[in-house]
Amino acid sequence: MSSQEIPEENLPAEQGTAHTAVGVADDPFADPGLPAHKPRIQDIDERAAKRSERTVALLFVLSMVATVGFIASYVIFPVDKIVYIWPFGHVSALNFSLGLTLGVALFTIGAGAVHWARTLMSDVEVADDRHAIAAEPEVKAKVLADFAAGAEESALGRRKLIRNTMFGALALVPLSGVVLLRDLGPLPEKKLRNTLWAKGKQLINMNTMEPLRPEDVAVGSLTFAMPEGLEEDAHDFQTQIAKAALMIIRIQPENIKDKREREWAHEGIVAFSKICTHVGCPISLYEQQTHHVLCPCHQSTFDLSDGARVIFGPAGHALPQLRIGVNAEGNLEALGDFEEPVGPAFWERG
Amino acid sequence: MKKLSARRRHPLAAVVVLLLALAATGGLYAAFAPASKAQADDTAQSLAIDEGKKLYSVGCASCHGTGGQGTTDGPSLVGVGSAAVDFQVGTGRMPAQQPGAQVPKKKVIYTQAEIDQLAAYVASLGAGPIVPTKDQVSPDGADIAKGGELFRTNCAQCHNFTGEGGALTKGKYAPSLEDVDPKHVYEAMQTGPQNMPSFPDTTMPEQQKRDIIAYIKTVNSAESETPGGLKLGGLGPVSEGLFAWIFGLGALIAVAVWVAAHTAKAKKS
Repeated sequence: MSSQEIPEENLPAEQGTAHTAVGVADDPFADPGLPAHKPRIQDIDERAAKRSERTVALLFVLSMVATVGFIASYVIFPVDKIVYIWPFGHVSALNFSLGLTLGVALFTIGAGAVHWARTLMSDVEVADDRHAIAAEPEVKAKVLADFAAGAEESALGRRKLIRNTMFGALALVPLSGVVLLRDLGPLPEKKLRNTLWAKGKQLINMNTMEPLRPEDVAVGSLTFAMPEGLEEDAHDFQTQIAKAALMIIRIQPENIKDKREREWAHEGIVAFSKICTHVGCPISLYEQQTHHVLCPCHQSTFDLSDGARVIFGPAGHALPQLRIGVNAEGNLEALGDFEEPVGPAFWERG
Repeated sequence: MKKLSARRRHPLAAVVVLLLALAATGGLYAAFAPASKAQADDTAQSLAIDEGKKLYSVGCASCHGTGGQGTTDGPSLVGVGSAAVDFQVGTGRMPAQQPGAQVPKKKVIYTQAEIDQLAAYVASLGAGPIVPTKDQVSPDGADIAKGGELFRTNCAQCHNFTGEGGALTKGKYAPSLEDVDPKHVYEAMQTGPQNMPSFPDTTMPEQQKRDIIAYIKTVNSAESETPGGLKLGGLGPVSEGLFAWIFGLGALIAVAVWVAAHTAKAKKS
């Protein structure tokens, strides 16, 4: 940097005089005021203003055309017409054209308004000074006087019967809201502890709706089962299947690490509840080589070769296992209900 | 005829008739019996097994053992069947490039003829699921709605309800089913490749597999119709909401910033 570029008052020889020349202002916090107003091209040049006007008008006309296009698309395209539009794929011609035209119609109104405000409407800065927030003393006095007059006229202090019954009515009204809270109950009683499974109920394959046979279940396969007698169109189907849904897998008996699991299985066929013990999501992301089953909601992971114990995630209990055997017809059957409540924990679960 | 008729009591007549009858039967048999063709098929089959064995020794034996008995690097192939080979090699998963959480789909390096030979060899090691025929995997005439129900019961937990795929544990994942050959979908259900459980015909009959294939083809292929526009991964309202918040609001903010950053003043300062 050459010495010519440095302002003279900043050079060492000049500094002393420069400081005294600037001095200190009388009021360092004085309102600097607004900067000088600077005009826009449209303020100076009438041709530019006309151009802006035409641009705004064009945007508004575009909006009108798009609205007409919207109505036309609604009339022209049948609901089921599918067209290929890159990059969206095979989309509905009606949905696409309605969305596009409505989008253009709304966007151009906004763009026109913004352009209008920026280039043609007044852009002179306006200062609006602050005022004290408190009301004037006269206003305050008047409000208080009005209130006192109102209280006097209502005669609330004199007619005690009206006053007391009104208080009574106001006090009772909220009770109707409180009573409705009863709908949160009643308590579930034993409903969370029992499922539809019982001794002798056959396992029904949810694909074929036929009883499962042990020879049908291959090692490494995954099947879902529900209890015999539950109909898909029964009024309580969802309530029942939400507790009774079963996952059926087969593991080589020597690969089952948990002794109780091996005993409750039939030749390596194990039946576990499909309901996650965390918050009750249906859980069946089964990895047949690791025997892990993963819950899609919060990633709780259970090891189905080791009593379905939790090996990862927020679940608090192992998945309940259903004890199964084979009946006289050679079909798989339950040997009782689950030993513990299925699904998530609840206060009284114990 | 008269000459023949005159000699009908000749001592050798019976022998001649017998010879003629034998020749006729033999000729007819040779003409109509499938014996020679069957013979040729057998040869083709054993030839395929021989060729497959050669291919196997070069490409597979290092991990699966010289006789398909398996090693510490690869599972036994006895009893996996030709369907497993057709799936694994036909989708490029095998031969595997490297060990890892999951062997990914990649470029297929064998021709279909070579894959068939490999499949024939592996099938000869032990009985297992066989490669389905074209009719077995054809989605024509299948019940798409039923297929959707079956898909949501059996498959959607891992593959997403429109077959977009999803994550599993420790680097494993359920791959996307978009434009997967129906034959490979069928074979995957039959054989349960890698960590996927199998869905054998005993618990999910052939017809139901076709229904599922038809459903996948309807909801997740190049021709699938998505009347609502971009699918955004088919993850449902979460992905759509996220898209609207990030890209929709982001675009609005960008426009606002752009408008405010450009002064309309004649003299730019």
